[in-house]
Amino acid sequence: MTGNRIAGRILPAPENHLSAPPDRQRRSFLRNAVVAGGGTLAAGIALRTAGAQGAAQNLPPNVPEWSRALGAPILAAPYGVPAKYEAAVKRRESPGLTRTPHSSVSFAPLQNLFGIITPSGLHFERHHAGMPDVDPHQHRLMIHGLVREPRTYAMDDLVRFPSVSRIHFIECGANTGMEWGNVAVPTVQYTHGMLSCSEWTGVLLSTLLEEVGIDLKRAKFLLAEGADGAALTRTVPLAMALDDVIVCYGQNGEMLRPEQGYPLRLLVPGVQGVSSVKWLRRIEVGDAPWNTREESLHYVDMMPGGKHRQYTWLHEAKSVITSPSGGQVLLDRGFHEITGLAWSGRGKVSRVDVSVDGGKNWRTARLQEPVLTKALTRFRSDWTWNGGPALFQSRVTDVTGYVQPPIRQLRAVRGTRSIYHNNAIQTWRVEATGEVTNVQVL
Amino acid sequence: MSRCCNTLRQALFLLVVIPVLAHAAPAGTASVATQPKYGFGKPATRAEIAGWDIDVRPDGTGLPKGRGSVAQGQAIYDEKCASCHGTFGESNSYMAIAGGVGSLATDQPVRTTGSKLNYATTLWDYINRAMPFQAPQTLGPDEVYALTAYVLHLNDIVPADTVLDQTSLPKLKMPNRDGFTMDHGLMRRDGKPDTRNSSCMTNCASEVRLSSEMPVYALDQHGDLAEQTRPSRAAAAAVPAVGKPTAVLVQGGAELAKAAACMACHGIDQKVVGPGFREIAARYKGSASAESNLAEKVQKGSAGVWGTIPMPAQPQIKPADTKTIVQWILAGAK
Repeated sequence: MTGNRIAGRILPAPENHLSAPPDRQRRSFLRNAVVAGGGTLAAGIALRTAGAQGAAQNLPPNVPEWSRALGAPILAAPYGVPAKYEAAVKRRESPGLTRTPHSSVSFAPLQNLFGIITPSGLHFERHHAGMPDVDPHQHRLMIHGLVREPRTYAMDDLVRFPSVSRIHFIECGANTGMEWGNVAVPTVQYTHGMLSCSEWTGVLLSTLLEEVGIDLKRAKFLLAEGADGAALTRTVPLAMALDDVIVCYGQNGEMLRPEQGYPLRLLVPGVQGVSSVKWLRRIEVGDAPWNTREESLHYVDMMPGGKHRQYTWLHEAKSVITSPSGGQVLLDRGFHEITGLAWSGRGKVSRVDVSVDGGKNWRTARLQEPVLTKALTRFRSDWTWNGGPALFQSRVTDVTGYVQPPIRQLRAVRGTRSIYHNNAIQTWRVEATGEVTNVQVL
Repeated sequence: MSRCCNTLRQALFLLVVIPVLAHAAPAGTASVATQPKYGFGKPATRAEIAGWDIDVRPDGTGLPKGRGSVAQGQAIYDEKCASCHGTFGESNSYMAIAGGVGSLATDQPVRTTGSKLNYATTLWDYINRAMPFQAPQTLGPDEVYALTAYVLHLNDIVPADTVLDQTSLPKLKMPNRDGFTMDHGLMRRDGKPDTRNSSCMTNCASEVRLSSEMPVYALDQHGDLAEQTRPSRAAAAAVPAVGKPTAVLVQGGAELAKAAACMACHGIDQKVVGPGFREIAARYKGSASAESNLAEKVQKGSAGVWGTIPMPAQPQIKPADTKTIVQWILAGAK
């Protein structure tokens, strides 16, 4: 097996190298061989050989076929799409997690992504009653309640206001929620993929609230409501609303994607995703929280003893190594870059430490600029694999001095049934075979 | 045109439009006496607000006039709700809405609408805004009061002869009224965290013990992980060449079934709430009357063929679309 390894290659880690298909087929074949016995042996070898021969024609000293032909013209795809070889980079659902695809979630493939911006087509999805098809010309935002003058705004009105563009993450409150009691899912896509980060453009909510003249003596909370079939509603505290909440129409340079609330959504930075109400149609200003279904039956955190914490808005600091991570395979000893993402709902990331021995010893990782408030931050650390087992962990410290906790510290306070806000340190085990798997350590 | 008509228009404007604008101003909220800086958009009229302002608060604010009994609720529930939530609210596959009252503090907490909810007004609000799942905001206030009464009765919270209205509903005390707390650090950016981990850098633990790992049998439950972590030739071959249009011009059965939310209850191969499409195709294979028979079941609802859970009528699907969907199902749902 060792002889078949390709030096310097980490098999599914595009951050380092894009591996050629034969290796993947060899891996799949190995797994199949374990499961199905020796019957697939011949087929596996045949595939591998065919792949290797096909690829060699385009390798030096031969001139590749694409260098000896005219390429496709412009506008081959008026709205561009990723290279066909990247088709496996896509959102996925976790089997058995939800009962209907209309009230469900798809996970972003964090293991395949570079930097801090999530491509719009890979931003994780969470719908509560499907994705509505909203005509922007007939969409209205109504602001009323404790205001001087209730008003309705068409999209044409909203884009006239002074605008801002800011990079913020959105993380579902239930991200990593399957892992409270034990490991349950194999890859970072499923453990942490209800997480994405975009450049959002829109009007500050404070601009609109000033425009309608909120009653500052009485107003303390807002209700945000979506135009989807769930008419999803969440309470937003006025202090946040007047601080940095954005009424967004833009995402990564274009209009919002339908999955992200086209044509209008709320963006509450640093707060669990459900508060960033999509297909936003109404904001009501009031004096007390609304206790809506999504803040009493769901998105409440069950504590030991049976009480539920309500209005657990904020995301505390969290980080995860995205490569090498679960499901990937290290193909050879030598240098590997450990890289991942860190974020905090309370502000900027100030430091990320990385351990390769399960938390006994740590060293500080490099942070990639820009390091922005309530945005994903990319970290990197060098590592040389000597062929032995390893336990990878990352630990973020945010601007408030808060240090990401191990799972045992969280469980000591919150038990294992709270579903939401699991920001524990993630552990990936590297085995001597190079396979990386999801584990928990105490 | 003539001067007289312009004047008439102005007069009409004064008579009709100005009073509407005057009514738009809400009472008792104008403590900030500034004008809009930009003036974009338009004032929301009372009628516009009334149509959209559907939320109900824990004190009952927002509840419309209306009333409904447990018995009326049962009739509506059996027709429109039981297919997903179960005859007794035990739920076929969605979150259970009945049972488990008093269990939350035990070792076996059963989380249901009845055991978990703190205010009955929230139940009213949610049914009103979001149910039935495939046809939200189609129930009238009386129906919502009746359904609320019935769901509460399924949980033994109200007796069978209960009639609820906008006055009695907010007065109900749910079993878990006091089961919530806002005493935690996640409501404010300067809130106090639950944990206080250290930034220890060396010799932080004497021993690291593995406490949990993926069982081998579960590793492949999420598919071929090797394929998911990098591009693969197999996946690339399935992608149409760049530049070729892939838009579906004529909607087929699969698209129509998806649009009509059939998959909320039916799997392609397997039962979800109702039978899988291919199970249906297998049962009716070779039957000449299957198409018209099934189309009628879709339009008018059906019960008893695949078990006790009834399929609700789907009159909102056009007959032509129903036909296409049924043909697609009978052809194997491919």
